[in-house]
Amino acid sequence: MIRAACLVLTALVCACQPVADKTPAAELSDEDIQSGYAFLNASIQALQDDDFGNPGLLWVDRGSDLFASTGETETACVNCHTDDTRGAAATYPKVDPISGKLLNLEGRINQCRTEHQGLPPLAHESDELLSLTAFVAHQSKGMTSKVVTTGPAAAAYALGRDYFLTRRGQFNLSCQQCHTENWGKQLRGDTISQGHGNGFPAYRLEWESLGSLQRRLRDCDMGVRAEPLPFGDETYIALELYLAARSQGLELESPAVRR
Amino acid sequence: MASIRLAVPDTAQRGETVEIKALIQHDMESGFRRGSRGEAIPRDIIVRFECRYDGAVVFAADFHPAVAANPILTFHLRATKSGPIDFEWTDQHGTQWQDQAVLEVI
Amino acid sequence: MTMDRSSRLNRRQLLAGAGGAILISTTPLSAWAAQADMDRARLDLFGDRPVQEGRVTVKLPPIAENGHSVALSVSVESPMSAENYVKRIAILSPRNPLATIAVFHLTPHSGMAEVSTRIRMSGTQRIVAIAEMNDGSLWSGGMETLVTLAACVLQ
Repeated sequence: MIRAACLVLTALVCACQPVADKTPAAELSDEDIQSGYAFLNASIQALQDDDFGNPGLLWVDRGSDLFASTGETETACVNCHTDDTRGAAATYPKVDPISGKLLNLEGRINQCRTEHQGLPPLAHESDELLSLTAFVAHQSKGMTSKVVTTGPAAAAYALGRDYFLTRRGQFNLSCQQCHTENWGKQLRGDTISQGHGNGFPAYRLEWESLGSLQRRLRDCDMGVRAEPLPFGDETYIALELYLAARSQGLELESPAVRR
Repeated sequence: MASIRLAVPDTAQRGETVEIKALIQHDMESGFRRGSRGEAIPRDIIVRFECRYDGAVVFAADFHPAVAANPILTFHLRATKSGPIDFEWTDQHGTQWQDQAVLEVI
Repeated sequence: MTMDRSSRLNRRQLLAGAGGAILISTTPLSAWAAQADMDRARLDLFGDRPVQEGRVTVKLPPIAENGHSVALSVSVESPMSAENYVKRIAILSPRNPLATIAVFHLTPHSGMAEVSTRIRMSGTQRIVAIAEMNDGSLWSGGMETLVTLAACVLQ
């Protein structure tokens, strides 16, 4: 009787944990890889391509000003980085050689602030952090991602990949199931994209604002009714690394416009 | 500290009609959204836009909550004489944002 | 006990009444209210002057995948001269919580009566634009666009 109860209890507990899919995971083939841009209608593509009216450029403009200004510090970003940060964003997320931590672009900007400018870190999704990230990411527009997934980054890459393949939430869906196995199919009024992050930080119509890739990942988790991780969580940064590697060959588009 | 973007041609022929674009960063909080605890988020929008050129208001707009966030306007004006074009946005609290472009008329 | 014939509902009246009640209950009251709101907005802006269809073209994408930001363009046939120009263009919605979306004020200095912006739409509807000329005449045009729901709706 007690044994039966224990078995039932164990079964219930196991059912509540997210289960990693044990079957070999399909990968996107090179010919199939498409940016989220390809899944937009013509009107929204036109908005992204609009060199004047793309709303994300409002943040890029502000970021450009912040990058060059001193404000409360004596060292403006431009003092060390000069005017040219082209290609920098394409290498993120990457492992910081000194701390050994995997950093995304936002983390790197905050590390610069605290270690080289004597400034407090900027809050997640704050207008200033978004503006600086948008500015730096925009300098790499048109380039392809050049992240490293081996050596010190290997563990994080595996963690990110595992998160992508694990079912979660009340809907019990993994990222893989929609974005690798069922992309191109209809879900309500939407066509499922491949879930790449090459357009971020992006202006999402749903937010009516520019936002980071992590904000989008939190929305993804909420979309399957899973508890989102807090901003800055190491798992999300690991997932960003996996996504960057998975989108090999796609050009960076920040600031993209997405639904 | 709202970002503003203006698209105004540098030069125009006298009498030519030119296209003007003005974009400003603003949430345009409609007043119909609810927060994560169900609390109502109060309305906070830009209510008026004015474009002044050659001594007069050449174009104006009254915004209501259904104007999208980060409002963009594309309108036209007839080039009459060289000089500044002034852009002004006013929100419901009376806060104003201004910017200016210069048009050379040949 | 027998009832007086005149005081008793007969079957026909009862069925007609029931049919009417079903018809009223299946048409959402909000639809009628929103149309009435748009009529009231027009009266507030322009009084009860007659409105003629024509001269006004409204452009919207046929499908707006997100109702938060839909590109709208309105143009009015007019020479925009000192004698003949468009004074105001009102953009109205028969479905949004508020009927008036924006009002544009033009002058002869505008050169051309064409304005574009981006608007919020709370669902599929026909957006209407009413243009007021300097002679007081009113002209209107409109366009319907479908607003679809996103896949992963969070609310």
